[in-house]
Amino acid sequence: MSADALTDPQISVMVSLINMVLLTLLVTISVGILRTRLLVAVVVLSGAYSFVMASMMLVLDAVDVAMTEAAVGAGVSTVLALGALYLTKAEEAPPHFSPILPLFVAIGTGAMLIYGTHGLPEFGRGDTVMNTYVGLDYLQRDYRETEIPNVVTSVLASYRGYDTLGETTVIFTAGIGVLLLLKRFRQRD
Amino acid sequence: MRLDVILRVVSKMFIPFILVFALYVQLHGDFGPGGGFQAGVIIAAAVVLYAIIYGLKAAQRAVPVALVETLVPLGVMIYAGVGVWGIVEGGHYLNYNVLEHDPIHGQHWGIFLVEIGVMVTVSSTMLAIFYAFAGRGRQ
Repeated sequence: MSADALTDPQISVMVSLINMVLLTLLVTISVGILRTRLLVAVVVLSGAYSFVMASMMLVLDAVDVAMTEAAVGAGVSTVLALGALYLTKAEEAPPHFSPILPLFVAIGTGAMLIYGTHGLPEFGRGDTVMNTYVGLDYLQRDYRETEIPNVVTSVLASYRGYDTLGETTVIFTAGIGVLLLLKRFRQRD
Repeated sequence: MRLDVILRVVSKMFIPFILVFALYVQLHGDFGPGGGFQAGVIIAAAVVLYAIIYGLKAAQRAVPVALVETLVPLGVMIYAGVGVWGIVEGGHYLNYNVLEHDPIHGQHWGIFLVEIGVMVTVSSTMLAIFYAFAGRGRQ
């Protein structure tokens, strides 16, 4: 959203309406995931959850996160989970313990998270910690030093190049680990 | 899914556009949202879609397993190699200012190459994991 969109009352009402619809869908899908014991249904519903989540990211103006969520969350990981289901049983085993303690933990965590959101700054404010010191510094230096209009790219690949190298190495390591576990190497006799 | 004509035709039409969109996200990352990671997962998703519709064998003919498993470390090596290039040119590791005579051109080159490295590793890792999962039959 641009600066006008944040202040325009008509647009902000529309955005909150879209948010409410998406959040209701998320809750509905979560309840569906909780209630079914068929794991295939759980996987498909998780894919739908990721798609709704990607739409939420789009509303929040994080298009790159939305693309990743749609491609990885809804696409590749759904396919991987279905592939794993093909190798195992497709129905969830009945629980052996009473659900009281997990319910208590989940409600407690949820309550703490909701309490924590009251400490967050208002959405889109300029004078918060993340928008003043380092963030402001990047915004001021970026175009002069790199002439790249997208600050996210220049911070990710240049100013924080070490971090991204680390992330790429993490992905590489994860891939090698999964390959070592899953791939059947032919043994030489 | 051999008989599903609609799925086959629609995916055949869509996959080229998905791949072009991935290239756009990759190369336009300096100006719009996106970059190596996003482009990598979109490429992987396109190949996974192809494998679902046309079968694993067809996908592995188009994108061979050996190629995928070579690309996994290659991306990290491209990224790390840009860092070494910076040292060779007399700067610090991953300092792109020294790659060209003009520091801004150096930044552009460094970011371009580094993003390609990320894209190569991300897409091939996703595909390698998918191939490893899909290649296992029920025992």
